[in-house]
Amino acid sequence: MIKVKNLIKNFDKNIVLKNIQTTFRQGEVVAIIGPSGSGKSTLLRCLNLLEQPTSGTILVNDEEITASESDKMEIRKNIGMVFQHFHLFPHMTVLENVTYAPQKVKKVKKAEAESIAKQLIEKVGLSDKMDAYPNRLSGGQKQRVAIARALAMDPAVMLFDEPTSALDPEMVKEVLDVMKDLAQTGMTMIVVTHEMNFAKEVADRILFLDEGKLIEEGEPALFFNNPGTERAKQFLDKIL
Amino acid sequence: MNLDFSQIVPYIPFMLEGIWVTLKFVSVCIIAGFILGTLLALCKITNNPFFKWFANAYTSIFRGTPLILQLMIIYFAVPQLTGYDISPFLSAVLAFGLNSAAYVSEIIRAGILAVDKGQTEAAQALGVPYKLMMRNIILPQALKNILPALMNEFITLTKESAIVSVIGYLDLMRRAQIVGADTFHNFEPLLFAGVIYWVMVYVLTSAGKVVERRMRLSD
Repeated sequence: MIKVKNLIKNFDKNIVLKNIQTTFRQGEVVAIIGPSGSGKSTLLRCLNLLEQPTSGTILVNDEEITASESDKMEIRKNIGMVFQHFHLFPHMTVLENVTYAPQKVKKVKKAEAESIAKQLIEKVGLSDKMDAYPNRLSGGQKQRVAIARALAMDPAVMLFDEPTSALDPEMVKEVLDVMKDLAQTGMTMIVVTHEMNFAKEVADRILFLDEGKLIEEGEPALFFNNPGTERAKQFLDKIL
Repeated sequence: MNLDFSQIVPYIPFMLEGIWVTLKFVSVCIIAGFILGTLLALCKITNNPFFKWFANAYTSIFRGTPLILQLMIIYFAVPQLTGYDISPFLSAVLAFGLNSAAYVSEIIRAGILAVDKGQTEAAQALGVPYKLMMRNIILPQALKNILPALMNEFITLTKESAIVSVIGYLDLMRRAQIVGADTFHNFEPLLFAGVIYWVMVYVLTSAGKVVERRMRLSD
């Protein structure tokens, strides 16, 4: 459903992504891994045009989103994103955070938006925090709200940019559990992560990036047990 | 030293009327300055070079010249130039409103830039259009942070409004001067006016604290 062709991204003279080619299929959970600075997050951010690719094309459901006449806002409605640092709206309650975009962007009626939001907030286990402001929540709770906020737009794909990297260790699990549940519902998920166990357990496919190049992709079992490239082997040796 | 407040007693209603006159044009200036200042701040943060240039040039001119000069140009020079006999009230509102907008725009610009960039990205990722994002997400957070600076600007504006006395606008300050000239007692009416200015600023400060407390509810 998402096709990436010859994707190149430069920041000034610094080449961050070098000719990335890949396809993300409907219902697939893909984990993007690699050392810091390898371009993982940049690749993810290109998929909803938070970063404008320098060249190359990205097709979502056969529509070229990188075309100059494409409507970014329209594309993003369909692609949910969860950030490392949550980025909840601090001046809105949990419920308002989750109902804001459906109401304002998709023009869903308030009552309907709230009933959807309440279901989602319950699904991430935070029904008792409905009227709390974000700064009253722990990191794990914030991230679960952020997931609910993205899901409220009923996106076709969910992008996760290191969703557990800013969390205290004891909060990682609660967020990963929510993501596992989500994967089981058949949601298409693209996850930049350092959680190798999550990648092993939940992902259908691993993309391994290094220095802006996609140097290996494959099934987790194969990738983790028998990586095809020397670079991936080194990386796995260091972190596992 | 002989203070004699009994001399100014008959003039008290005349001076009190000045409160209303001052409040009327100061509140119009605050509102006009705030709206225009917000628009200028938005111009400054866009990528459009013309809007950016315009807003920066505007700020440079209105911050770079004395307020009293701007007021006099508007009141004395505009009629000479255009033949339009501009009223003291309109001149005052224009001079103070336009001047305040320059300062307010810098305050708001700083406030917007201080909002975490992640907020913009989160809004963009949800498909929120620029206008709505500014109105519902960025500006409310910016305003909360800059409220003390903004209050400061409003207080300055309230006090500096006394400058309009130079164009003969019958505000509190001008009235105090008139009473002084009438009674040959300057100290008493000026002291009286000073107390009233202080009370006005005190009320404004208290109101600002209430607003600030309400905005900090989410902390």
